[in-house]
Amino acid sequence: MEVIKIKGTDDTPTIILDKDSGIFEISGRSLPEDVTTFYEPVLNWLDDYQEEANDQTVFSFKLVYFNTASSKLILDILMKLEEMHENGKSVLIKWFFPEDDEDMEEAGEEYADIVDVPFEQVSYTL
Amino acid sequence: MDKSNVKGFLEFVYDFYRSMKAHEITLVYEGEITHQITKAFTSLTESNMAKESEANAVQKKVFHVMVECLQNISKHADSFGSDDFLFAGRGIFMVSKGKNDYHVTTGNVIENDKIVELTEMLNHINSLDREGLKTLYKSQMKEGRLSEKGGAGLGFIDIARKTGNKLEFHFLPIDESSSFFLLTSSVSRNL
Repeated sequence: MEVIKIKGTDDTPTIILDKDSGIFEISGRSLPEDVTTFYEPVLNWLDDYQEEANDQTVFSFKLVYFNTASSKLILDILMKLEEMHENGKSVLIKWFFPEDDEDMEEAGEEYADIVDVPFEQVSYTL
Repeated sequence: MDKSNVKGFLEFVYDFYRSMKAHEITLVYEGEITHQITKAFTSLTESNMAKESEANAVQKKVFHVMVECLQNISKHADSFGSDDFLFAGRGIFMVSKGKNDYHVTTGNVIENDKIVELTEMLNHINSLDREGLKTLYKSQMKEGRLSEKGGAGLGFIDIARKTGNKLEFHFLPIDESSSFFLLTSSVSRNL
């Protein structure tokens, strides 16, 4: 499968989707000018990946900031992962948040409430 | 400009400067709000806050509020009027810093027939407590009312949640079809 590697900027996150190395990660800041266009390749990639998913998928979110427009697209990504989980694949979401960032921690809790997929909160020090 | 006009203009500039100082306005802009403008203003305010050693949590909240306010204007400010009087994506944007709070104020022209809906939405948000806002945010995100413009209808809720303060808003009538919509969000500096 093709590898998605998008280098982050001050308004778009770094994205790595690499089936062979088993790396699935979105990190940094997300407030793209056009969220739908920005995340479209990611959602399409996940659709393809779903067909031939690895035995285990650990998907990491390590965001420091995302705007409300991005929050909906993040949910869309999580729902694709939820679907994979429902189809019997092993999926784990790791939601990283800076230890002093209650808002980011709470955002993770909310997503964990909405989607039915194994979800782990991980705090880290900046 | 003849001499008296120059004098009038200089006085205006000085008055403007003084009232900005009096209202502790650190940033004011009128015009089209683009993504580039949003990036420039947020990074400017961020570096100012960092210089002034504002608490991290305060910086993050101000950043959040600024982004959502600016995006509200760029995506929702109405585009009506003739070609030479276009309001699309335009508005006034202000940041002021008081002793205890940061205030982010936006103003833009809206059509009068949107006032009722907007008022209901904002009053509803203001009536909710922390838990209520959380529930509303989650349900709106799930429903996914992401309009063609990319607004998730979540901006106002997010501002209320992040600031913990009520949204202050007013409509000033312009003419029979339009009004000026003012919104002020406050972030406490003593979190």
